[in-house]
Amino acid sequence: MAQPATSPLSSTSIFSPTTTPARTIFGLSMFVLAITGFIFCFVASLLVYCLVKFRGCPSDAAREPAQVYGSTQIELAWTVIPVLIVIVLFMATARVIHAVQDAPKPSAALDVTVIGHQFWWEFRYPQLGIVTANEMHIPVSDPAHPTPTFLKLLSADTDHSFWVPELGGKTDLIPNRVNQMWIDPARPGIYVGQCAQYCGTQHAKMLLRVSVDRPDDFDAWVRAQRQAAVQDPKVIAGKRVFETTSCINCHAVSGTAADGRFGPDLAHLMSRRTIASGAAENTSANLRTWIRNPDAIKPGSLMPAMKLSDADLDALTAYLETLR
Amino acid sequence: MSTNVIAIEGFPGTGRLWTETLHEWVTTVDHKKLGMMYILYALVFLVIAGIEAMIIRIQLMHSHNNFVSPQVFNRMFTMHGTTMIFFVAMPILFGFANYLIPLMIGARDMAFPRLNAFSFWLTALGGFLLYFSFLGGSGLYGAGNAPDVGWWAYAPLTAKAFSPGHSSDYWTIALLVSGFGSIGTAINIIATVLCMRCPGMHLGRMPLFVWLNLVMSGMILIAVTPLSAAQIMLLVDRYLGGHFFDTQAGGSATLWMHFFWIFGHPEVYVLILPTFAFISEIVPVFSRKPIFGYPVMVGATVFIGFVSMSVWAHHMFTIGMNSYANSFFTITSMAVGIPTGIKIFNWLGTMWGGRIRFQTPMLFCVGFLFQFLIAGLTGIMLACSPFDWQLSSSYFVVAHFHYVIVGGILFALFAAFYYWYPKMTGRMLSERLGKWHFWLFVIGFHVTFDVMHIPGILGMPRRIYTYEPGRGWDTLNLIVTIGAVIQAAAILVFVWNLVSSYWKGRLAGNDPWDAWTLEWSVVSPPPAYNFATVPAVASRRPLWDLKHPEDPDSRYE
Repeated sequence: MAQPATSPLSSTSIFSPTTTPARTIFGLSMFVLAITGFIFCFVASLLVYCLVKFRGCPSDAAREPAQVYGSTQIELAWTVIPVLIVIVLFMATARVIHAVQDAPKPSAALDVTVIGHQFWWEFRYPQLGIVTANEMHIPVSDPAHPTPTFLKLLSADTDHSFWVPELGGKTDLIPNRVNQMWIDPARPGIYVGQCAQYCGTQHAKMLLRVSVDRPDDFDAWVRAQRQAAVQDPKVIAGKRVFETTSCINCHAVSGTAADGRFGPDLAHLMSRRTIASGAAENTSANLRTWIRNPDAIKPGSLMPAMKLSDADLDALTAYLETLR
Repeated sequence: MSTNVIAIEGFPGTGRLWTETLHEWVTTVDHKKLGMMYILYALVFLVIAGIEAMIIRIQLMHSHNNFVSPQVFNRMFTMHGTTMIFFVAMPILFGFANYLIPLMIGARDMAFPRLNAFSFWLTALGGFLLYFSFLGGSGLYGAGNAPDVGWWAYAPLTAKAFSPGHSSDYWTIALLVSGFGSIGTAINIIATVLCMRCPGMHLGRMPLFVWLNLVMSGMILIAVTPLSAAQIMLLVDRYLGGHFFDTQAGGSATLWMHFFWIFGHPEVYVLILPTFAFISEIVPVFSRKPIFGYPVMVGATVFIGFVSMSVWAHHMFTIGMNSYANSFFTITSMAVGIPTGIKIFNWLGTMWGGRIRFQTPMLFCVGFLFQFLIAGLTGIMLACSPFDWQLSSSYFVVAHFHYVIVGGILFALFAAFYYWYPKMTGRMLSERLGKWHFWLFVIGFHVTFDVMHIPGILGMPRRIYTYEPGRGWDTLNLIVTIGAVIQAAAILVFVWNLVSSYWKGRLAGNDPWDAWTLEWSVVSPPPAYNFATVPAVASRRPLWDLKHPEDPDSRYE
């Protein structure tokens, strides 16, 4: 059976923001919580007071209380005050909408194109010529010299939604539509999230990780990703299995016949910590299980069971493990 | 109907063949019988959709649970949502409206009794079609299965490419058919209210119950028609080669979202207004005072009706609308809070200075007021679009709308059951079982839905069949599931109360609550055609005037 991925990860709480948009949203959230909390305390106390003070007792059941039909002054008061509260809330909200959505894009920004697939994530870096899947790497953004990442969000099939709570609010990936969001995480680390718009059978295991790297680490990662896939003569048998089965219809590995785009690019598969969009750790045993019977890890995923012989399976797994 | 039928009005009588009784109920055009059929039909579906909810909760009890497969789980939440909205909430509220409106306005039936029967049977057919999909809706493997596209059925999940077989067609046609039923009922209610009022009952003297259902019916006409149009467009896509929503052929996924939510959001108010109607009748009677600020209540209702038509895209804050659109839908959504707040204050004003009787109907009203307050405030948080970018599609939203639908609508419905059951059956529901029902349900409700907000804040999305361990969601989900079990127990108490009180309940008499509206002036259950002589009214509380000739309301209006 697949082992779940267990490395130290960020929390997924929306109340521990690490980017400018997330912090701005968090500030507004606290303001709204404070106001609604105050309204709750006020109205709930009125209700409780009313229930206690005006409870009927059996002794005066026969008498009716004074019949009051209304009061224009009171009605006016409890109309005007909510109107004022709504105006204040709206002004505060509109500022944040503008600050997050209409922020100008600095020239130092990194572009990443995020493409949602059933049920995995494709990340393309047009400035760097990198294609990867499920684990996005971006540089940490120094508040003094911000290097934010601007995400262009597309979908290959159904609706999806990009949500890493610590990095910011979610934005949907919708076919035939180009959406955008930006993040500038100030702290390195691995941030987790997942697809937040129901996209089909395995919506639940369309997990998402964002590795926020220190500048040196990010540069090293970029250099590694830009290299052609490793060609190791020791695993030529496995490579032959890969190139002569339907693997190549969906997956790509640079320097081979494989150039499919339905599934993740595998040229640097071993640089990723997880497989199956975060459903399992990237170990030899899990890789083998995944190829033999994907339903054991992610029932309903679009990866077919490859029905290979044990020998072919071993060879193929060995080949994939050289793709660093 | 012959006079003979009137004489043996009611339930399986003595000396009659059961087929005669069945025939009478199937062919009836009586608003009271149709009302009760709506309610019974909805109660059956309430139990079915409740079982689906329990399956969902058991699966989510802990991380990586394997109680059901992802495919089954996705069908369960789709069927649970669709059933609860279209085949529980709508019909049960129509049932009460059908039963009570003619009685409250001094009419002998609805304006169009045959349309009334037709609307009921359309709604019924819709529900049966939806559930027939378990057998008939061939899916990917040819065997039957139910729809699994979620109750919003976002495009392009419903396109042939992503939803092969016929399960989505059953969903589409079930909603289309029952939608026509809803439109028929809405037309009927509007015509009845506008044309069938008894002498003296001008619009300003109608019980608030009638006003709220009038506005609700107007909203149905505006909101359900786009849904029906969208369902037809979806059928055209699936069978006639249309490309409205087929993104692979250049169609628009967001077009469906707009169509669905321009129905979907007013729909929330279509459901909540009739429950405001229950509260506005029950709170005054149990506080022994008239409703505070009747004209303002009517005005606030009409205002909600209008504003709720311009808030739909707050369900779509995450689809990448520009900042102006997001700001617009933020302020309109927040503005709904104003008339709703006015209503809460007016109910408090009604209780203020009264002599509150804490019988079961009032207990449920108090639960409603408290929970609806919280639901409204979490609604303000979600209306704030940047906050919604975080909370949208998370369990916080699930908790919020269950707070509205269970904490608000269902509590008000329970109040209505305890209040009007004596009128409908002639017997009181047991107070002892009622208190058990109330307290169990309050505890179960809060254990479930208070706690459910937290996993949303901790980043748990909705509609996932399982989740990863180590995110702080396990314990919370277990508590939520325990709460759901307590709620299920409370529902069993309620159903038992409904059944046992039908035979053993205390006889109610005409007016067990010492109430003021016209339905309490006739015997319980009311005879066919309701009133031997059409009553005439001189104020909003005709029975108060009768009981207090020294100080009638008519003096102050």
